[in-house]
Amino acid sequence: MKRLYLNFLCGTLLLSSFGARADHAQTTGAADYAITHAKIFTLAGPPIEDGTVVIHDGKIAAVGAGVPIPAGAQVIDAKGLQVYPGLFDAVTQMGLSEIGAVSASVDTTETGSFNPDLIAATAILPSSAHIPVTRASGITEVIAAPASGGFDSRGATNLVGGQASAIHLAGWTAEEMLISKRAAMVVDWPEIELRSFDFATFSVKEKPFTDAKKEYDKQVSELADYIEQARHYAQALQGSNGAGMQRDVRLEALAPVIRGEMPLLVFADQARQIRDAVEFCDKQKLKIILAGATEAWKEKDLLRSKSVPVILRPTLGEPPEEDDAYDRLLTQPEELRAAGIKIAFGSFDNSFARRLGQDAANAVAHGLPYEEGLKAVTLYPAQMFGLDAQLGTVETGKTANLIVTNGDPLDVTTDIRYLFIKGQLTSMDNKQKALYEKYLNRPKPAH
Amino acid sequence: MKLRPSTLCFAAAFLFAAVGVLNANEKPASSASMDAPAPVILIRNATILTVSHGTIDKGDILIKDGKIAAVGGTLKAPANAVVIDATGQFVTPGIIDCHSHIAVDGSVNEGSVSVSSMVNILDVLNSDDVAIYRDLAGGVTTANVLHGSANSIGGQTVVIKLRWGQPAASLPFEGALPGIKFALGENPKRSNFRVNGAPERYPATRMGVEETIRGAFTEARDYKKSWDDYNKRIAAGEKNVIPPRRNLKLDPLVEVLEGKRYVHAHCYREDEILMLLRVAKEFGFRVQTLQHVLEGYKVADEIAAAGTGASTFSDWWAYKVEAYDAIPYNAALMTRRGVLVSINSDDAAEATHLNQEAAKSIRYGGLTHDEALKLVTLNPAIQLGIEKRVGSIDVGKDADLAIYNHDPLSAYAVVQKTLIDGRVYFDREKEQAARPALEKERKDLLEKAKKKQDEEKKAGAKKPEEKKTGEKKPEEKKPEEMPKPPQGEADLGGAR
Repeated sequence: MKRLYLNFLCGTLLLSSFGARADHAQTTGAADYAITHAKIFTLAGPPIEDGTVVIHDGKIAAVGAGVPIPAGAQVIDAKGLQVYPGLFDAVTQMGLSEIGAVSASVDTTETGSFNPDLIAATAILPSSAHIPVTRASGITEVIAAPASGGFDSRGATNLVGGQASAIHLAGWTAEEMLISKRAAMVVDWPEIELRSFDFATFSVKEKPFTDAKKEYDKQVSELADYIEQARHYAQALQGSNGAGMQRDVRLEALAPVIRGEMPLLVFADQARQIRDAVEFCDKQKLKIILAGATEAWKEKDLLRSKSVPVILRPTLGEPPEEDDAYDRLLTQPEELRAAGIKIAFGSFDNSFARRLGQDAANAVAHGLPYEEGLKAVTLYPAQMFGLDAQLGTVETGKTANLIVTNGDPLDVTTDIRYLFIKGQLTSMDNKQKALYEKYLNRPKPAH
Repeated sequence: MKLRPSTLCFAAAFLFAAVGVLNANEKPASSASMDAPAPVILIRNATILTVSHGTIDKGDILIKDGKIAAVGGTLKAPANAVVIDATGQFVTPGIIDCHSHIAVDGSVNEGSVSVSSMVNILDVLNSDDVAIYRDLAGGVTTANVLHGSANSIGGQTVVIKLRWGQPAASLPFEGALPGIKFALGENPKRSNFRVNGAPERYPATRMGVEETIRGAFTEARDYKKSWDDYNKRIAAGEKNVIPPRRNLKLDPLVEVLEGKRYVHAHCYREDEILMLLRVAKEFGFRVQTLQHVLEGYKVADEIAAAGTGASTFSDWWAYKVEAYDAIPYNAALMTRRGVLVSINSDDAAEATHLNQEAAKSIRYGGLTHDEALKLVTLNPAIQLGIEKRVGSIDVGKDADLAIYNHDPLSAYAVVQKTLIDGRVYFDREKEQAARPALEKERKDLLEKAKKKQDEEKKAGAKKPEEKKTGEKKPEEKKPEEMPKPPQGEADLGGAR
C-alpha cells in the first residue's frame, strides 16, 4: 500500500518540473537526486567549491567535489548557488497553535501544574498553514514544545508542561513528520511575580516581594517533591518491573528524565531562575537544556562549569532591564560562546519562526563568528537534542534535510531555491504565496 | 500568568536615576543644548543612499545649521568642521517610523468610550522613555506616536523627533500636521479583550464600528456648521451673538473635516478598509494612512484610487483571525498597484531594525533596493506630510541621518551614528567606551546601598529581607489589554 502510494507520487514528479508545485504542499517522492556545481557549506569542514551532493533513499549518499552522479538521479544544476543543512528551530509552537488569539486553535498549554505525560506530537496539526510558510524560509526541522508561551488566556502555570517533539516540517501525518517524539521534558521554571494579570478585574495586580518570593519557593519545592516522587517511582519500577505496582502515567513519563536519558528543557529568563534551575538539576543529576535565557550572561560561569547548553530567544527583542545596554540581547550570544557555552537560537513561536536566520545574523553582526551563527541554527540544536547523528551538517549518512540558496541563508533578502526534507524535494508553496499570486492577478476594477 | 521578561532591580531602579545623572553630565552625543548652534559637520567618503536621487559611491555630506548644505563627490571641509570619516560605511536618511508607541507615559488607550478624540498624546509625552534611545540606536530619527486601537476613534497623535536628552516639549516635529488615530475591526469591537461578566461595549461588530464613526462625524458636521454660522454672523458685524458651546471631542474631528488633522486608521480586513474609505468620502475627508492594513493587498487599487497611504508590517501574521490572511508580499504588491507604502514597527523593539524589515520586500515581491529603502524613509515622510524636511538626503533638508557599517538592507548592518538636526544623538563608539565607567558606578552604588542596609540592620531596625534581595520590579508598562502577547511583542495588545 505504502509502496503504491510512493510510486504514484514519483509518477507525478516525473511529469512535473522541479521546484514549487501548487497541488502538493508536502513532499513529492523518494527519487535520487544529485545537486551539482554548488558551493557546499557542510559545517563539518571547510566549504566545498563546485561540489556535488548525492541523495539516495532519503539520506545523503555522497558529498564532495568530483563525486560521480549515479545513473537515474535527477540532477539539479546549482551553479552559482549554495547548499547548507536545513535550518533547525530549537524551540517553537509549530503545529500547536494556529491563530494566537483563538483559544480553540491553540493547544500549547494544558491546565494543571504537572503534565509530564503530555506529548507535543499528539496535537501537532500536519496541515497547519504555519508549516509550509516556515519551510519557505529554509527551516526543515523544529522542536515543538508545549507550554512555551504564546497567548494563553487561561493563565495556566505549568511547572512540568509536557514532552517536546522534534519534527520534520513535512509529512502527511504526525508519524511521517516525527524525528523524535520524546525529545525533551519541558519545565517552566517558576518566577517571582511582583505583578500578575488578574482576569477577574482585567487589571494588573501588584504583590509585595515577600509574598511573591514565598510563592516562588513553594512552587520550587513542589517541583522538587514531584521529581523526588518520580525518582522513587522509577526506582520501584526498575526493582519490581512494574509487578504489583499501582501505575501512574505521569510519574512514569518522568522515568527517562530520572534515568538521565531525556533532557529537561527548562524555560528560565531571569538570573535567579537560571541559577536555581541549574543548581537544582545539578543536585538532582538531571540533564538540562536552558531555554529563554535572556539573562544567561549574568550566570555564564555557572553555565560553563556545569556544561549547560542554552537556547536563546530572539535577539531582536527588548532588553529586559531599563538600564541594560541597548544591544544587550544582541551581544549576549557571542559573550556566551566566548565563555565556552554551547548556544542555539529558537523563535519560541510559530508565526515568527521564519525570523530564525535573521536572529542569528544579528548576533553575527554583534560579534558571533559567522560559522558559529550558522551552527547555532543547524548543528548545535541537533547536538542538544541528541539528533546530530542524523541532522545538522551535510555529511554522508545523514538525513538529507538540505537547502539550496542564492546566498547566505541567515540574511533577510536571500531566496531558498530548493528544499529537501528526508531526501525529498519539498514544495515551498504556501498559503501566503497563493494569496500573493491570486491578488497579483486581480483584474483592475472597472471604475 | 507570567509577565516576562519583566524584571527591574529594586536597587537598579534606584541606580538608574543616578546613572541618568552621570549620563546627563557626560552625554557626549546628545549633550549639546539645542540653544548652542549646531556644529558644522562633514561626513567623509561614505556610500550615500540618497533615496531621492540614487546612490553616491564615495561621497561627502556637508552639514550646516542642522541642515544638509551639500551632497556629492569630494567636498571641501570648512575650517571649523567636525569631520566624520565614514569610509566603508553607508549613510541613509534617518529612519521614519510611521506607527510608534514610544515616549508615552502610561497607557495608550482611553478605553472607556469608543470615541475618545478629546485625549492627546502631546499631553503625555515622556522624554525619559529609554525606548527613545534604543530606537535612536536603530537609526530611527522620527516617529509617529499614536494611541492604541481600543477605540473606533482614539486620540490625537503627534509626530516627534527622537531628540534624546531634550525635554518633552522639544520632541514634537515642528510644523508637522497632528493626527488622530482610528481603529477598525477586532480591537475596537473588543473581540479578544472581553472580560467575563463585564458589560459589552458598543460597538461589538464591524457594522457598529462604521456607525460609531459615522455618528461622530455627523455630530462634528453639525457642530462645525454651528461655528461656521456663528463666525459668519460675527464677520457680518452682528453683535451679541452667543457662540456655540465648545466640544473637546468634536474639535479634532472638525479639524479632520477641514484638512488640518491627518487620520491614521488601524485596520486589517479588506471589507473594513473599503468601509472607512466610503465613510471618508461621504464626509469629505481623506484618510491619510491606513495602519497595519494587512489585507491591503486585496484592495490595493481602491486604496490607490483614494489617494490613501498604507503603513504595514513586514511579516507579522496569524496572531489573531484578522491577521490570518496577512502576507509578507503586502508592501510590494501595494507598491506595484500604485499605493504609497511604508513599513512601521508598532513596537519599540521592532523599530530598532526597520531597515531589515524593509529589506524583506526585496525577497517578498521583488522591490528594488531603492524602493525598499523608501519604505522606511521617504514614503513615511510623505505620509506624515514632512517630506520637505526629511526622508531623503537632499540639500536643504534636515540633517537627520543614520550611518551604518554595512548595506542597511541586510541583517548585518549595525548603526554607528544617528544624527538629528545636524547633531549626533547616538554614537556607538562613544556609547561602548562609556560602558565600563557606567558599570563601575553601578557597582559602587550597589555596594553603597548594601552597606547602608547592613548598617540599618545592625542598628536593629526590623528590616524585612526583601529590601536586600528585591531583585525584580516588573516592566514599566503594563500590557494594555492582551493578556499575554506573542513572544517579544510586549505592550501591543491595545495597539496592533
